[in-house]
Amino acid sequence: MNWVVDNLDLILDLTLRHLRQSVIPIVLGFVISLPLGWVAWRFRLVRGPIIAVTGLLYTIPSLALLILVPSAFGYSARIEGNLVAALTIYAVAILVRAVSDGLDSVDEDVRQAATAMGYAPLRRFFAVELPLAGPVILAGLRVTAVSTISLATVGILIGVRNLGYLFTDGLQRRIIAEVLAGVVAVVVIALIVDLLLLLAGRALMPWTRAARTPQPRTTTARAAA
Amino acid sequence: MDEGGAHPAAEDDDGEGSGMNVFVEALAWLFSPERLEGSYSLPVLLGQHLLFTIVSVLIAAVIALPAGWLIGHTGRGREVAVAISGAARAIPSFGLMVLLVLLLGVLRIPEAAIITFVLLAIPSLLAGAYTGLEAIDRRVLDAARAMGMTEWQVFTRVELPLGLPLLVGGLRSALLQVIATVTIAAYVNLGGLGWPIIQGIPLRRFDQVLGGAILVAALALIVDLLLAAAQHAAVPAGLRAPRTRRRRATAPAPASA
Repeated sequence: MNWVVDNLDLILDLTLRHLRQSVIPIVLGFVISLPLGWVAWRFRLVRGPIIAVTGLLYTIPSLALLILVPSAFGYSARIEGNLVAALTIYAVAILVRAVSDGLDSVDEDVRQAATAMGYAPLRRFFAVELPLAGPVILAGLRVTAVSTISLATVGILIGVRNLGYLFTDGLQRRIIAEVLAGVVAVVVIALIVDLLLLLAGRALMPWTRAARTPQPRTTTARAAA
Repeated sequence: MDEGGAHPAAEDDDGEGSGMNVFVEALAWLFSPERLEGSYSLPVLLGQHLLFTIVSVLIAAVIALPAGWLIGHTGRGREVAVAISGAARAIPSFGLMVLLVLLLGVLRIPEAAIITFVLLAIPSLLAGAYTGLEAIDRRVLDAARAMGMTEWQVFTRVELPLGLPLLVGGLRSALLQVIATVTIAAYVNLGGLGWPIIQGIPLRRFDQVLGGAILVAALALIVDLLLAAAQHAAVPAGLRAPRTRRRRATAPAPASA
């Protein structure tokens, strides 16, 4: 534990870099996935290709993606933007599905009622469909956030400094406390961001609060029936 | 192991080309006859990669499938499984592997790596096993019991085949996660297809790095396609036709509810 006390500055610096490198892809991924997921949901014909292409990108192992994308577009693999781009691709792959599934989960009757009340498509999307799709999208966003934060550590293997530095440096210097500090820091950040998303979801979607706890069993049963 | 590039100063210096050139060089590296020679030949590295993947996923399956089936069959312990899977996602597998290497000692690198891969594969397999059983219509199980099936028969003849597609889905994501992490494990000298990448980066051998990346991506895509096919094949014949019909039937159904 002495190592941690002596190196608090380093850990803090790496944590801030790590947060920057993972929060940007989460936000970018969300912003890209909203329209893309809507297109996938609205136009059945392109849904298959969109889900298939993002799914294939998601299949490519992170270390390979971190080399392949900069090689194809001609920029250095060592820059922070490369890690951000790769993590954004993974985020989009998860979130496009979540947005599309979320819109699927909106009751068709509600949608028709909104239309009958005079909601124009764009207003209906933001005022009715998006909030109702919210819980499913939020679940996808939480998965994305946690896995992005944990995956970002791989960046150190191509020379992008973040909490992953504690793993490579700790291995070379054989300091178990350093590696452990890195693992703990990543898990703590991931859980804090996850908690923040959960709280934001409760604040933005107050109607989900009461129904949440007893629901899971019935929802799965209904999905099966 | 020499590690370059950990310092910010090492940015924007490298002679990485762009566009098609680098890919041509990478393919030239891949298909050079030298790649078939020595202890780091591509067939050897591929063999190591597959061996570590298969052994780890098998061990994980022995642990996760019975537990997952028990959860799915009894409906108990689901919350615990969900919590474990969620928490596991937050743990950086690279960090966990390095930690285990330091704890077990450098002589036990394969053991440390396999423990990491097993822990990584368990959540997907567990989820595949219990969601497969959970998704089954309760009335089907009641019907099976009413026909006089024992619990064991209900499990082996009804739940197991009906849950198989989701189980294969879990196996698919477990395999892909492990393949990706075996790549990273080249950093602790485990070998595998990540080795040309990890070894090439500090040496600035970009043909080798990109060649390795192409191989790893190809391996993952092939495994993914094979398991997607297996997932389709795993759907019991009796379920295939009604699936599509049911989808359409959901739209008008709420009107009667």
